[in-house]
Amino acid sequence: MCLGIPGKIIEIYDNNDLLMGKIDFSGVTREACLAYVPEAKVGDYTLVHVGFALNLISEQDAQETLDIIRQIVDVNAELSQEMD
Amino acid sequence: MKYLTEFRDPELAHAVLDEIHRTVTRPWVLMEICGGQTHSIMRYGLDQLLPDEIELVHGPGCPVCVTSLELIDKAQEIASQPGVIFTSYGDMLRVPGSSRDLFSVRASGGDIRVVYSPLDAIEIAQQNPEQQVVFFAIGFETTAPANAMSVIQAKALRLSNFSILVSHVRVPPAMYTILSSPHNRVQGFLAAGHVCTVMGYWEYPPIANKFGVPIVVTGFEPVDILRGILMTVNQLEETRTDVENGYPRLVTYEGNRQAQAVINEVFLECDRKWRGIGEIPNSGWCLRPEFSQFNALNRFSVDQIQTEESSICIAGQILQGLKKPPDCPAFGSQCTPEYPLGATMVSSEGACAAYYQYSGKNIPS
Repeated sequence: MCLGIPGKIIEIYDNNDLLMGKIDFSGVTREACLAYVPEAKVGDYTLVHVGFALNLISEQDAQETLDIIRQIVDVNAELSQEMD
Repeated sequence: MKYLTEFRDPELAHAVLDEIHRTVTRPWVLMEICGGQTHSIMRYGLDQLLPDEIELVHGPGCPVCVTSLELIDKAQEIASQPGVIFTSYGDMLRVPGSSRDLFSVRASGGDIRVVYSPLDAIEIAQQNPEQQVVFFAIGFETTAPANAMSVIQAKALRLSNFSILVSHVRVPPAMYTILSSPHNRVQGFLAAGHVCTVMGYWEYPPIANKFGVPIVVTGFEPVDILRGILMTVNQLEETRTDVENGYPRLVTYEGNRQAQAVINEVFLECDRKWRGIGEIPNSGWCLRPEFSQFNALNRFSVDQIQTEESSICIAGQILQGLKKPPDCPAFGSQCTPEYPLGATMVSSEGACAAYYQYSGKNIPS
């Protein structure tokens, strides 16, 4: 139930006074409600759950997380070199 | 897909795993709250790759599993009535009630429709003004913003033929219940990343302080889950009990304030019965009195319900992290996803279904 799928916002519009958008999920396009991310812009990535965007995905934070983990990869490589 | 591929990268996953192996010195029991995380763990075989010292127990974060039997029986009763279109997320249809499931109600002529979003149920109500459309509003905090918005929309559109059967549950009171149990074994929590996307994690420091457990907000992809485990193990090894955020690309401390505001506009906290666990004070959300015209229980008379649980199923103990699916004598024999005795075998988030579907699989090396 709590699964969310990341997708890219490709269109934003109003429907019945609700902020809606078209979201591209790896080539599959579906509609989602954007009422909870009113700051959304076309091109932003968002997480969609039961037809609602729950938040925008922060590119910067995603990158920082990956950088932290890549540091572990680098340390691992150094350690295995020392072992050799 | 961006934000999926990187967090499924086997090289990164193995690096975090190596770091976990280097960090751990003692046995630790961690609980992942969310059934979606349980499925990721089983699907990628992460439990098999962790050091023997780390035991993962599976939490109650499966809304389909914890929706009370009484409410499922009431849903079937409402769905059986003529003139009703009963709408639900697909997972609920095979959940066993006392004597049948919603699929068998549909086979007997009930108009039951699976919807992807509660806004689909609103559309069905607009298209069928002569019929009563009921939406089965189950879910945790993740789903509450969507379900709340359906009520706001129904009011704005003046829909007199739309109502919801509410079964909302909240995570923090369940954590209190698990940690307060004399049988509790959980020493650290992986908090549910999408619940926290909505709610933030401001509710968790009092829990971490009171019970002395680290809590790490954790995502759903293999690298996210392993990182959540590493952060929790780091804290345990250093005897820290902080609340940390391992899913910052989606979660902030405050959460989504707009979503919380709409939840609070439509719902208020109430006691809630959890299937297999019992009643937990203030663990649910109910409709506020000003939205009572949208309460399906006020619109349909379904009070006389006698519930009866399977006598074999141990789903309640599994949902509290006290037992695991293979501990159940019926697992895989009398109880399978095709013929489930309990809801944990049905849902795409149920621990029994995850064990049944994935046991033995591994991440690519």
